[in-house]
Amino acid sequence: MRKTRIVLAMLAALCLALPAAAQAAGIKQGGKAVVSYKDDVVTLDPAIGYDWQNWSIIKSLNARLMTYEAGTAKLVKDLAADFTISPDGKTYVFKIRKGVKFHNGREVKAADVVYSLNRVVHPKTQSPAQGFYKSIVGFDEMVAGKAETLAGLSAPDDATVKIVLTAPDATMLHVLALNFSSVVPKEAVDKWGDDFGHHPVGAGPFELTEWSLGQRLVMKRFTNYFVPGAPYLDEIEIQIGLEPTVALLKLQQGGVDILGDSIPPARFVDIMKDPEWSKQVESGSDLQTGYITMNVKMKPFDDVRVRKAVNMAIDKERIVKMINNRAKPANQPLPPTMPGYDKAYKGYPFDPAKAKALLAEAGFPQGFETELYCMNVDPNPRIAQSIQRDLAAIGIKANIKSLSQATVIAAGGESDQAPMIWSGGMAWIADFPDPSNFYGPILGCGGAVKGGWNWAWYCNDKIEEMARKADAMSDPAKTAEREALWRDIFIKIMDDAPWCPVFNEARFNMHSTRVAGDAKSFIDPVHIPFNYGKIYAKDAQ
Amino acid sequence: MSSFLARRLGQSVSILLGVTLITFCLSFLIPADPVRMLAGRSATQETVENIRHQLGLDQPLPVQYAKYVWRLAQGDMGRSFKQKTEVTTLILSRMPATLQLMAGAILFELLIGIPAGLIAAARRGKKADSGFMVLSFLGVSAPQFVTGLILLYVFAHRLQWFPLGGYGSLAHLVLPALTLGITGGGWYSRMMRSSMIDVLLQDYIRTARAKGLSPLRVLLVHGLRNAVLPIIAMVGLDIGFFMAGAVVVESVYGWPGIGQLAWQAIQVIDIPIIMGVTLVAAVSIVFGNFLADLVMPLVDPRLREN
Repeated sequence: MRKTRIVLAMLAALCLALPAAAQAAGIKQGGKAVVSYKDDVVTLDPAIGYDWQNWSIIKSLNARLMTYEAGTAKLVKDLAADFTISPDGKTYVFKIRKGVKFHNGREVKAADVVYSLNRVVHPKTQSPAQGFYKSIVGFDEMVAGKAETLAGLSAPDDATVKIVLTAPDATMLHVLALNFSSVVPKEAVDKWGDDFGHHPVGAGPFELTEWSLGQRLVMKRFTNYFVPGAPYLDEIEIQIGLEPTVALLKLQQGGVDILGDSIPPARFVDIMKDPEWSKQVESGSDLQTGYITMNVKMKPFDDVRVRKAVNMAIDKERIVKMINNRAKPANQPLPPTMPGYDKAYKGYPFDPAKAKALLAEAGFPQGFETELYCMNVDPNPRIAQSIQRDLAAIGIKANIKSLSQATVIAAGGESDQAPMIWSGGMAWIADFPDPSNFYGPILGCGGAVKGGWNWAWYCNDKIEEMARKADAMSDPAKTAEREALWRDIFIKIMDDAPWCPVFNEARFNMHSTRVAGDAKSFIDPVHIPFNYGKIYAKDAQ
Repeated sequence: MSSFLARRLGQSVSILLGVTLITFCLSFLIPADPVRMLAGRSATQETVENIRHQLGLDQPLPVQYAKYVWRLAQGDMGRSFKQKTEVTTLILSRMPATLQLMAGAILFELLIGIPAGLIAAARRGKKADSGFMVLSFLGVSAPQFVTGLILLYVFAHRLQWFPLGGYGSLAHLVLPALTLGITGGGWYSRMMRSSMIDVLLQDYIRTARAKGLSPLRVLLVHGLRNAVLPIIAMVGLDIGFFMAGAVVVESVYGWPGIGQLAWQAIQVIDIPIIMGVTLVAAVSIVFGNFLADLVMPLVDPRLREN
């Protein structure tokens, strides 16, 4: 502890010598933050990393063509200095910033962008994100192993990247802002091979300087980062192996600044009641919806009246109360902060009597017996029990199958296994802030395949056609029209009721009094959840 | 002696082969697909099949197993599906912490178990006996996460004598080792007590007493040496047991041992790590037993002749 203070004092002293650029923003650079996590970081390879923990770390180690304005879903340029989209929406030309450096000191060139995107799609990389790039010309050939590079990707000169698509794709800019599109230097990937994930090199605000497996990671401020004055912190230490309860005690003692695994549910009420510590809690909404899927291919959920009855039977308020109000009841698939959310839509009312009548109309006056799958980690089994109780009230006897995450996901991906699934702990939080991401994989026909994530097995050709139309509207001038179309799509889906949307989770996070920043920096919906670049140390000020 | 060694070695190899085979089959019997876990939720069918192919998981199970054993024979445990790092590197990185915790835990087990068992046996039927046996019962039955959290709260949070979890110094080791020692010590004391009571009924103890030796000398010199044999066997088993990781204690204290590695791997069905950890545990159990077999004759000359 004393050691940390000395280090902090030294860092603070160092700050006096910092360039004027940093001070112009009003917040001074310097200081350190300690972040706690229970589990070890799996990988920091931006082409592979895809979980709660490494997402924000990878984000702050790397740069990519596009990014989002901090704390919002607004796309802005990152490595791109400028870009143009052809009138047919099929050709994107990016001019990249000059003088941007990788952590290894080499300048970022257009060829690096091309290399990095090719790398994600190349079968050898085994990237989970391959499918995001499907609209780039040459995708099919590369996936099939017939080509080593994407024909639609090129770097005519050191500062220009050209991307040609097979069809207009309104989500392309979002895809280029994903972690997976991070630009990495080929020489570092070649040097480390499969171990690149433990020796990442990028062009982001922080660089990784130490990783003791299972113990700690240290990120230092990258002094050549291309955004002047950013980031604020000199160092971020990620401590591994801290049980959330212990991490909270450590934060209160001064050994930890940011709770990576959030506030442990068992202590949530105490903290929120505490006059001092509750001030250190930041809250915001994720692009997340928790829902019950009803498999439309399995009887009796093939009858829309049964699905509507379930929608009317669930007491969402009670479920929200059960999780200490860490969510808001939902009435449609999209979360409120997602473009396309319909504020006017009222959803199905909570009306058990009407639900019972609908069941009778569908030929089940006595109800029926079915199964409800859920993930076996708290609070999901408790939520499933609450759902079970509500269903019992209208005569549906649902047996709960509380299983490991992998097993539930596997059951959902079979057309005849899981009649109902409570999605908590597994789905769905958006990859990027665009409504299409809440359709394709989880409600579209493409997801209704073996091993897919459309656990309701809902596939409606008319809706599919509308979605195709919306995704082709890549002209920025048509944003409002596109949003309206998506709004229409999701309300039409609700008429078919393949899901019963239950709640939109709120995110709570807590930090020590030593670090500060805009509330959004701790609950950023795109950085999920920390925007390390925007957090600063108070003792450095 | 050399024929004994050769026989044990032969047995060990077949045990280890059996363990790999069973673990291998079990990992594939789980009704979940490791490739799906790896590919994540946005992967297309092509991506999933591609990853399956890259990892060789599309080959028949016997072929996969044969390949695994062949690589293993060359000292290659493969690479983690998820982390891509070599399993050997991952396991070795967890070794120092695991070994420390094992040594600390066994030390506490002995420090708690032997004296408690001795006193209980010497005072058989008296208050001290029932007192220690109640304590040992508590020690054995208290869940480790409860003992762990209580120790952590009292000694690290309130009194601040020890750090709040983590790894590095001897001070970090005390509480996690003590937590394990309390459970194990409970077992040891019961074993020690019953073994000592048996010994104390032997003729040679009566002779020793008749010679007028002090009760303490009878107990510690004449009794202990004979009564301690089952404890040695238990330590041998514990070596293997702790090498497989003490998942609960490791997670309460944030101890970077092999248990954490295994736990994380099991959640995502990272088969190479699961195989590796199981193998290390099996080797350690075999080794621990072997060690106990070697030490016991040193303590008891009668075993040397056999």
